[in-house]
Amino acid sequence: MRRMLVFYLINMRQSILSQFQYRVANYFYMIGMIAEPVIYLVVWSTVANSLGGSVGGYTAGSFAAYYIVWTLVRNMNIVLTPYAWEWRIQQGQLTGELLRPIHPLHGDIAYFAGWKVVVIVLWLPLAAILSFIFKPVLNPSVIQVIVFFFAIWGAYLIRMTMLWLLGMIAFWTTRVGAIFQLFFALELIFSGRLVPMPLMPVWVQQIANFLPFQSTFFFPIDALIGQLTPLQLLQGLGIQVFWILLGLLAVKLIWRIGVRRFSSVGN
Amino acid sequence: MQNTSSVIVVTELAKYYQVPTREAGLKAAFKSLFHRTYKTVKAVDHISFSIEPGEVVGFLGPNGAGKTTTLKMLSGLLYVTSGEARVLGYEPSRRSAKYLQQITLVMGNRQQLNWDLPALDSFELQRAIYDLPMADFKKTRDEFIDMLDLKDLVQKPVRNLSLGERMKMEIVGALLHRPKVLFLDEPTIGLDVTMQHRIRDFIAEYNRKYNATVLLTSHYMADVEALCRRVIVIHNGKLLFDGDLSNLVNRFSAFKTISITVDHFNPNLGNYGEIVSQDGNRVTLRVRKAETAQVTARILTDIQVDDLTVEDPPIEDIIEKVFSDKAVIGDIA
Repeated sequence: MRRMLVFYLINMRQSILSQFQYRVANYFYMIGMIAEPVIYLVVWSTVANSLGGSVGGYTAGSFAAYYIVWTLVRNMNIVLTPYAWEWRIQQGQLTGELLRPIHPLHGDIAYFAGWKVVVIVLWLPLAAILSFIFKPVLNPSVIQVIVFFFAIWGAYLIRMTMLWLLGMIAFWTTRVGAIFQLFFALELIFSGRLVPMPLMPVWVQQIANFLPFQSTFFFPIDALIGQLTPLQLLQGLGIQVFWILLGLLAVKLIWRIGVRRFSSVGN
Repeated sequence: MQNTSSVIVVTELAKYYQVPTREAGLKAAFKSLFHRTYKTVKAVDHISFSIEPGEVVGFLGPNGAGKTTTLKMLSGLLYVTSGEARVLGYEPSRRSAKYLQQITLVMGNRQQLNWDLPALDSFELQRAIYDLPMADFKKTRDEFIDMLDLKDLVQKPVRNLSLGERMKMEIVGALLHRPKVLFLDEPTIGLDVTMQHRIRDFIAEYNRKYNATVLLTSHYMADVEALCRRVIVIHNGKLLFDGDLSNLVNRFSAFKTISITVDHFNPNLGNYGEIVSQDGNRVTLRVRKAETAQVTARILTDIQVDDLTVEDPPIEDIIEKVFSDKAVIGDIA
């Protein structure tokens, strides 16, 4: 246990040191990423204003809150993509990781967690600027803030395990990018990334309840800006724990089968 | 000969790959969408050998012979198709943490250190990965840094180091946990002669100090000659030779070279053997091994010689002959 803690801390520290070296690149990346929610925000604010001030219970101010928090949640959701999986196999990175007496998933979780620290630091001024421009309306309680803190890390772990599962398809096929695109389309619809879930058709909301996507987007945002009761907040966290455990179990099973197929040819 | 104390025991080890094949062209590409054909490639084909504690063994073969595949099976990266491999009593493909704590695989063309950070930071990560006590870690790290003369480099980001400096750092990182078994795959590839020499010395010193077992592949015969008394030769996945390097030389070298320095070049020197090269007054002759003593005596009697040396041909030439001469291969296979 102590060993793993030291491993996580050192790995996170390395990640922070590495990513701060690329702070300008990270900033440009985040600014580029903000274009997406700003477009959604402008469109929905216009719709809300044209419909007498609100749509589906969301005012221009609550849309602003939703999409500004969205920018942080989106950054927390960035994990090792299937493209990176292809790269790590082609470049022989996985070969080195397999020689270590620690499962590579730990390294990924720790490294990207360290990156999040950098992301959060860089995000704060951006959030301040967006808040100044779009005037978000949110009054979270202490419990909401606490749940939000755990929920963004829960979202991170769920997405990490989901994309690890997708990435491991690289053990069977050389190109997993196409499957990632399909995943991305489903995520867009069922996560709350495109619009808050209550604005989606009922059938989409019903299907979304059986999928992990909204635990990675809508729930953390709603936990902070919505009107969830303490019980609903705990339920949301409980659902996240369920998806994390299911994801880890699936990773363990698929890894065991997939790694046998690893051919490590040429690197 | 297998011994109960052997660190590495390989028995009838085989690794086959199913590789998709198709003819060239669009039509064949379209056809392959519906009907894929596969070819079985025997990367390693039922080889057996064992290695004792503290041995440094050269694993030789041309590109594609199966050397790296064997090393990957022994280090647990690849599952075997058939046969058995045991290293330190462990089955490598299970990749148990206890096993991985005791081995390392260094590949000359692969980088594991963090590109953006000084190597010291990556060494810290190694400490965490292998759960090394701080005092032991620092002692080993500083010792290796001294041995490879890296003191002024460990604080530079790895991306700013030269290829040779990076390789030395990689080796330090790979050995910080003091593995008992080293699988070294072309550790000196692409390095200049000085750097090769430095790394060879380091490996020899590590082997001597920690009684580590080393299985080394290298296309630089200087590595093999400097480090390995024993060599295993593999070709097309099959084992061709396993024994002392000197035996390999005796067995496959039908010729010796006689280098003579004379006052004036004598065109009749060709009568004593085949003139391989001539550089001013220095002439190198190739003569049949069995006739070497007799020819040397004749030269010394007939000609005024300033200097004469008799040598085995370069090891590269012998190895090349082992791989290329089908008759020879047939003789020992």
